[in-house]
Amino acid sequence: MIAHAIFFYVFSLIAIISAIMVTVSKNTVHSVFFLILDFISISCLFIMIGAEFLGMIMLIVYVGAVAVLFLFVVMMLNVAQQKNQWLLSKESSGHIPIGLIISALIFFELIIVIGGWKYKPDLFNSNNLDISSELSNTHSLGQILYTDYIHVFQISGMILLIAMIGAIVLTFRQREGVKKQSYIKQISRERSEGVEVLDVLSNKGVKIDD
Amino acid sequence: MEYFDIIFQEVYKILFLLVPVLVSVAMIVWLDRRVWAFVQKRQGPNVVGPFGLLQSLADALKYIFKEIIIPASSNKVIFILAPIITMTLALIAWAVIPFNEGQVLANINVGILYIFAVSSLGVYGIIMGGWASNSKYPFLGAIRSAAQMVSYEVSIGIIIINVLLCVGSLNLSDIVLAQQEMWFIIPLFPMFVIFFISSLAETNRPPFDLPEAEAELVAGYQTEYSGMMYAMFWLGEYANILLMCALGSILFLGGWLSPIDIYPFTLVPGAVWLIFKILFLFILFALVKATVPRYRYDQLMRLGWKIFLPFSLIYVVLTASYLFYFNLLPTN
Repeated sequence: MIAHAIFFYVFSLIAIISAIMVTVSKNTVHSVFFLILDFISISCLFIMIGAEFLGMIMLIVYVGAVAVLFLFVVMMLNVAQQKNQWLLSKESSGHIPIGLIISALIFFELIIVIGGWKYKPDLFNSNNLDISSELSNTHSLGQILYTDYIHVFQISGMILLIAMIGAIVLTFRQREGVKKQSYIKQISRERSEGVEVLDVLSNKGVKIDD
Repeated sequence: MEYFDIIFQEVYKILFLLVPVLVSVAMIVWLDRRVWAFVQKRQGPNVVGPFGLLQSLADALKYIFKEIIIPASSNKVIFILAPIITMTLALIAWAVIPFNEGQVLANINVGILYIFAVSSLGVYGIIMGGWASNSKYPFLGAIRSAAQMVSYEVSIGIIIINVLLCVGSLNLSDIVLAQQEMWFIIPLFPMFVIFFISSLAETNRPPFDLPEAEAELVAGYQTEYSGMMYAMFWLGEYANILLMCALGSILFLGGWLSPIDIYPFTLVPGAVWLIFKILFLFILFALVKATVPRYRYDQLMRLGWKIFLPFSLIYVVLTASYLFYFNLLPTN
């Protein structure tokens, strides 16, 4: 039990410190690396409470895919490093009220959610669900997700699909004059149509491709 | 004192796994070079020790005594961290590989997801190395490599779903035990082929070695590395290749199970069969390296997203409907 507590405190300390470092660190690429560290320690916390499936999915999806994209964007944009001017410089102080409003909003939302859950525990009662304790975490998650919550699951999948198509439609632009290769054309080329033997007359030359 | 006993036992087990893995990584580098030379009618490394077996050891000694050069304009912390992360990630994934029934360091419920997660973290060693070098070639190599690994992970994930549909468990030992009657290579042969090609791309092996294409990018993300740090990248890469071979033999070739379940074959311990299967897959890797020319980058992306992904998705639907129609879905 003591070892469990020690691990819990180590992981949550790392999570909190790296979350602070995400906002404080001056180099944006370092911020993303701290964000990754934060994701990893949170997935360790998930595994510690026995939600091993969620922890692994968190690693695969957030660390393995989403954070790679963050890193790409930050590295490619080459955001100028802000030196010695965080918090109290003239340019950045204008953002502080907006940041405060947003964080206060998130804070109150969290209070409402957690408070509502504490105030009315039967609002969401996990005893109603058909979970047997013999099944592993992954099995019971699959059984509940694809039976009781199938509609919610499908709808969220559709929303994600629509968001993806929307992003592609918004950023897609048809460019003129781009040369494309057709693989079928390349493969189905035959010798007879590829090579042509011509008699070249002296001082006349040959005209190819008009 | 009890804690110390437990920790001591675990450390002993971990050493017992890691030392053979590292030694076999060294041996496999030699094997790779020998097979490559054999295909090209050369001799390959044959001077150091019998058949040149100690060549990798000599190389390692050379790397240890070389100077580690850290570029002046690099980001030093991340530059040093990158090879360490690559090698650590390549080694920790071995914790869940079962060598026989019960012979596994950590028999966790979500073993296959763990391997998948660790191999998807492998991108970071490369991106960090490429970015921290603060140089053009490594950065280009790192970007190529990250895009390539992320794309091919998707198709590997869907291939794994195919296997999981037939097993009904994410535990690697269960996956092997489910193949007692028939190895999954027989019903899922197209998936095995795609898995093999995707694992070539995932480990940056030729013909998909664009991140380190020597004709274009010097050595890709490793360009600025020297001495032991370069050797760690290289060890991590080969440990990853071995891991992908082990994963392939567990998912499709029946892991530790013997090919024929009759008397003289069952005497051979399971770990030996697993090692034979890993070696078989590795020799295939080496033969591909020796025979196939390098892909162009857009062709590589097209192969991953437009061919492998739709094909494996269709195969998931086929497998699921087949299992459902004939009432073969695993239940537990």
